Amino acid sequence: MSGPGTAWYLALAAFLFGTGALGVLIRRNPLIVLLSLEIMLNGANLALIAFSRHVANGAGQIFALGVMAVAASEVCVGLGLVVALHRRRLALDVDTLSELRG
Amino acid sequence: MILAASAGNILVWIVWLAAGFACLASGIAVVSFSNPFYSALALIGNLGSLAVLYLLVSAEFVAAAQVLVYAGAVMVMFLFVIAYVGPRLEAPWAGGPPWQAVAAVLAAGSLLTEIIVAIGLKAGGSLSHDRSVPGSFGTPAWVGRLFLTDHLLAFEITSIVLLVAAVGGVILGGHVKRGGGEAPAQ
Repeated sequence: MSGPGTAWYLALAAFLFGTGALGVLIRRNPLIVLLSLEIMLNGANLALIAFSRHVANGAGQIFALGVMAVAASEVCVGLGLVVALHRRRLALDVDTLSELRG
Repeated sequence: MILAASAGNILVWIVWLAAGFACLASGIAVVSFSNPFYSALALIGNLGSLAVLYLLVSAEFVAAAQVLVYAGAVMVMFLFVIAYVGPRLEAPWAGGPPWQAVAAVLAAGSLLTEIIVAIGLKAGGSLSHDRSVPGSFGTPAWVGRLFLTDHLLAFEITSIVLLVAAVGGVILGGHVKRGGGEAPAQ
């Protein structure tokens, strides 16, 4: 493969995953937590696709497409939750929504 | 010949650096914007630059799906919900005791170090030489054949996952019954 090798893609994927994890941990708005989750999933996708090209095997790309479908499902349910919270006039703050905490 | 090859190589490097920088910058922007609307717009840029990176590793179909499904459908849904809920400004580091922010940075940093160390230990030696792939690698026809032969079960289960998520979204977003006060939408 011309251009940067697989290690470059993996480093970028790791940094994306770290950025997303930081966002999930520090932000309080559930919408931005969901956006940061998307970044984490995309970091994993980038690693899958880079490895797929590296070992010349298509399973990585299939897995990445599956991750995309799971991400779409997660956004569907997560945004449904946000809308339901908004309808009940609850604060959109993940720190105050701690009723289900064990 | 060699000159042409190296020129193409430099071009790939330039595109990679531009897309990688845009990817990282927009990722940090998503996390640090106080307005969720701007965060969502930055995530669209992140997804677009990732699609460019996918094209560079000959994953054409995944790049197209990324733009259509992610940057298109999913992000439009996000923007609709943010507009519906109303963008609330929220400083990224505000709220909670200060040790929480420190602990969050430490946790994310240790996760990042762990990933890099794990990849370096497991795959560090074999990352330099990759295999050659046929020209059809990553094309829609090739992905479709894989989906309908080797990965048929995963394909079918994906459809069930999407169906269940759609049902869950309808139930969660359904109308709250009027007159019943705080009637749960179950």
